[in-house]
Amino acid sequence: MSHLLARFDVRFPTFHLEVDVDVPMSGITAIFGPSGSGKTTLLRCLAGLERAPNGFVQFGTDAWQDETIGLCLPLYKRPIGYVFQEPRLFPHYNVRANLLYGYKRVPVEERRIAIDQVVDILGIGHLLERRIHKLSGGEQQRVAIGRALLTSPKLLLLDEPLASLDIQRKQELLPFIRRLHEELRIPVMYVSHAVAEILQLADRVVLLKEGTVIATGALNEMLTSLKFRGNFGAHRIGAILDARVAAHEEQYGLTQLEFNGQHLFVPPQPVAVGQIMRVHILSSDVSLVLGKPIAPTSVLNILEAAIVEIREMDQTSVDILLDIGVPLVASITRKSLVTLGLKPGHRVFAHIKAVALNEELTA
Amino acid sequence: MGALTDMHLSALWVSVRLATMTVVVLLLVGTPLAWWLAHTRSKLRPIVEAAVALPIVLPPTVLGFYILVALGPHGPLGRFANLSLAFTFTGLVIASVFYSMPFVIQPLQGAFEAVGKAPLEAAWSLRASKWDAFLTVISPIALRGYISAIVLGFAHTMGEFGVVLMVGGSIPGQTRVLSTTIFEHVELMEYAQAHAVSAFMLIFSFLTLLTVYIANRRFPIHVS
Repeated sequence: MSHLLARFDVRFPTFHLEVDVDVPMSGITAIFGPSGSGKTTLLRCLAGLERAPNGFVQFGTDAWQDETIGLCLPLYKRPIGYVFQEPRLFPHYNVRANLLYGYKRVPVEERRIAIDQVVDILGIGHLLERRIHKLSGGEQQRVAIGRALLTSPKLLLLDEPLASLDIQRKQELLPFIRRLHEELRIPVMYVSHAVAEILQLADRVVLLKEGTVIATGALNEMLTSLKFRGNFGAHRIGAILDARVAAHEEQYGLTQLEFNGQHLFVPPQPVAVGQIMRVHILSSDVSLVLGKPIAPTSVLNILEAAIVEIREMDQTSVDILLDIGVPLVASITRKSLVTLGLKPGHRVFAHIKAVALNEELTA
Repeated sequence: MGALTDMHLSALWVSVRLATMTVVVLLLVGTPLAWWLAHTRSKLRPIVEAAVALPIVLPPTVLGFYILVALGPHGPLGRFANLSLAFTFTGLVIASVFYSMPFVIQPLQGAFEAVGKAPLEAAWSLRASKWDAFLTVISPIALRGYISAIVLGFAHTMGEFGVVLMVGGSIPGQTRVLSTTIFEHVELMEYAQAHAVSAFMLIFSFLTLLTVYIANRRFPIHVS
């Protein structure tokens, strides 16, 4: 799998961007951090909109910037699709002409994405002849995404494309972004400071703080890392799982999900068997039992787990990192920790009281 | 009120040619300069802005005097051209370029500032090279600025008097323009003819400004 390598060390009047990242070019990589942490600047450096004096960027085997040989390709020579915070549509063109602006400038043999395909995924067929100022904010941003896609980019950079939209429009657009990624297989770098968006979209996270990358890793590993999960302000997250739909138990109104050999029951889902669904488990919905229960229990979701790490959060509660094939965090009381005598390495059973579905948690 | 005669038509033709040439030169020189002024962070910017704006406040005679000296056989421009450009049409164009510069640069600069760099970056991200992006995105969005620049530059050159008299004299068919014609009529006490030309200039100027203001409504600068 190809990687994106990037090294920048730039001083701006107000802050210092110092990053050295190596990101696999598959899936959606979120660049996450608080406002002012340098996310947009990092994206602009990757695109060549800012030129870092000693910067280095390599995409797969192609060098985009290598200051040791004085190389820095301008953005128009990089196979990047860029969606800005604001749609930046061209007001003197209608929707169709905006969509075709980049398309026409890509050599025919390099066009891999068709207009109909993009129009269909983004649901903008009815807007094609409209003037730009007749579109809503959400529609404009969808056109902006479509316009970027039609350059058949090898990398799509999205700079908080939902930031300027209200909650309803955000919810409308998120599935489009997920879908375009799944259908078109273009690696995406997605800048955001909104945890909710990252929970829904990201496969991987680059965590930025004050201009420095403090951690990079798979989304679930980052969210369950007792060291880093605080940075997401999402202390309630126990795990995010991309689980396969294993079966539908119609007589009970349940759907069975499968991941890493473990099973979970959730309310019935309108998703075909074999499809992947993203589900969340809240850490407060996980309780721990020392042995396999002898007496029958009404709890459906019981998973075998090993204790990896224990971190005391405050006087009352502790977070326990478990391994259930993937990482899972349980938040329990300190009293329970002491009573059960839990230590790293112990094998326990995790009772999952509820599984949240994607939309429920982020809405 | 006397009618416009052949002499007037000849002067009108010189005026129109002069204004057209001046605007063309100013658009070519002024576009990069206005772009630079709109986007530079250089400390030279206020100095250049002040220099560009000078003709607005300077007595035309002062500007005319220095241009006359520069164009003369011993001035830098005259020596460069290896002949005196004073009292020639070319000299008049050079003088008008300086004199009308703020009226072309300032609307362009304002339009470029309003458009900003955002559409340009968007165009680059869509594989447009710098020239391509400027021609297909920036200029159309800055259209209002161009209309103002062209109309004001043209009209202001048509109306110049002091600089023309200093640099061009009033040679019929070459450097005699409408505004200097009025002056000569008055000197000869031909009030009726002075009145005819003046009225023409008045109406012309009003219609010009009217065009600018209508265009401003018709082509607002869109910033998405």
